Amino acid sequence: MKAGGETAIRWGLMLVAFSALASLLLIAVFILKEGVPFIVRTGFRDFLLGSNWQPHRQEYGIYPMIVSSLWVTVGAMVIGAPLGIAGAIFLNEFVPKTVMKIVKPTIELLAGIPSVVYGFIGVMVLAPFIRAHFGGPGLSVLAASVILGIMILPTIISISTDAIGAVPNTYREAALSLGATRWQSVHMVTIKAARSGIVASIILAMGRALGETMAVIMVAGNAVRVPGSALDSVRTLTANIAMEMGQASGQHRQALFATGVVLLCVIMTLNGIAISAVRGGVRRK
Amino acid sequence: MRIPPRYTQMLAVAVMGAATLFTLLILVFVVVFVLGKGLPVVNFQFLSGMPRDMGRSGGILPAIVGTFLLPLVAIAIAMPLGVGTSVYLAEYTRENRLTKVLRFGTDCLAGIPSIIFGLFGFIFFVVMLKMGWCLLSGGLTLAIMILPTIIRTSEEAIRAVPNAYREVSFSLGATRWETVWKVVLPNALPGIVTGVMLGVGRSVGETAAVIFTAGSALRLPASMFDSVRTMAVHFYILAREGISAENAYGTAAVLIISILLINLATYGMMHHMLAKRNK
Repeated sequence: MKAGGETAIRWGLMLVAFSALASLLLIAVFILKEGVPFIVRTGFRDFLLGSNWQPHRQEYGIYPMIVSSLWVTVGAMVIGAPLGIAGAIFLNEFVPKTVMKIVKPTIELLAGIPSVVYGFIGVMVLAPFIRAHFGGPGLSVLAASVILGIMILPTIISISTDAIGAVPNTYREAALSLGATRWQSVHMVTIKAARSGIVASIILAMGRALGETMAVIMVAGNAVRVPGSALDSVRTLTANIAMEMGQASGQHRQALFATGVVLLCVIMTLNGIAISAVRGGVRRK
Repeated sequence: MRIPPRYTQMLAVAVMGAATLFTLLILVFVVVFVLGKGLPVVNFQFLSGMPRDMGRSGGILPAIVGTFLLPLVAIAIAMPLGVGTSVYLAEYTRENRLTKVLRFGTDCLAGIPSIIFGLFGFIFFVVMLKMGWCLLSGGLTLAIMILPTIIRTSEEAIRAVPNAYREVSFSLGATRWETVWKVVLPNALPGIVTGVMLGVGRSVGETAAVIFTAGSALRLPASMFDSVRTMAVHFYILAREGISAENAYGTAAVLIISILLINLATYGMMHHMLAKRNK
């Protein structure tokens, strides 16, 4: 009786353990099922490289959105990655443990600020500033990059500090005993040892920037075109989905799911790289 | 010419210190700016009143109720699944090919952007299962979104329970499940609650996954099949459609305070758990 109950529980738990994997597969299947037939029908080339997005004329080319997403993400990394990594190094190596114990949670606490709030700050503060000092419409690649760059800071700092903190102290002691300054020991030894974790933090942050939706809708301006400069208004892949989903039906809706397929593929690839970077780092140690 | 290491050291400290300070200043600015603009709007009537004229005036009561209910539904679904998964991974099986696949699935799920969850929830729960925009559709979608967080945190908490506890329980003749239920889970509870709270924090701030699954009705929901609007969605609609900047700031202030409180409580609990483990 008792043994029978135990077996039932074991099987029940095993079934439950598949919930995350099953959800993942369900999501993939449903997004692909809606999107892939559309891509096949429109033609892979026409969909990815077509530069006209005019749903009322049955023209669905997402090339401008792909380029825009790329620019905004690269811009966010250029702003966020150096700041975040510098912050992570500084907090780990140049600051007393007590300060780190206050600052790191503060930064992680602020990771909870909703993306819509960042977007709103972008609209109210950043966009007018850009319009006044650099010209253009204000809502632009630059504004989106800055806002996303700030939004990914907690991700980069949090994962990078963990990676740097995991480097054994003996490494640092060896470098310092050879007469290296703290900075020399950091950039010659510690960073190299923590490399895989830092790379993973950057790639995960990239995925987050690429997938961010609401903040980008608010600050990027949403014009469908290939940006000529950082001050041009653009629409990203995510913004395209979220803006038109409400009114779309039929073929138009499928086109939006097809946009989702492209987004999902890119982000899964990035995450796959990040996960294997972390695993690779663990194995080496 | 080679710069002496003494100077590169000073330069590096200055540059990185400035970067750290800058980061902190930006994040603090965001909070101070929103609270400064929003708090003057917030009063008892704002918190307890019904919105009038699409939210142009009146209060935000339905949004507060929605913000409270939606994560509750999500947790009610995700917590049993997440904790069950972590119990299986930590207590019932060794590391093998199956656990590797399960873990990989969890990691992948964690990386999916919220707009994809929104698309999926819309096509699966709202359209295919004909549930419509409602509390349950939104709750189910959010449950899937926060599942990885709960699994990871719970597993860590369960693994942190000392093995001696289990051995004592087994030596008293308890079965594996009795040990898990009466010894392991109570001891891992603070860690499990931490994971759940992280999920709540994320649900409260979420917009993209919610707006396409729970809808945006400005009413008090009467059942699981009624549409709700959370504060994040309410704020987004007010700000995006230029309905009322004043009420948008007010909503944002309430939203940010709620999230900071949730995260602060979570952090306190996590700290407590770590302190206990290191003892």
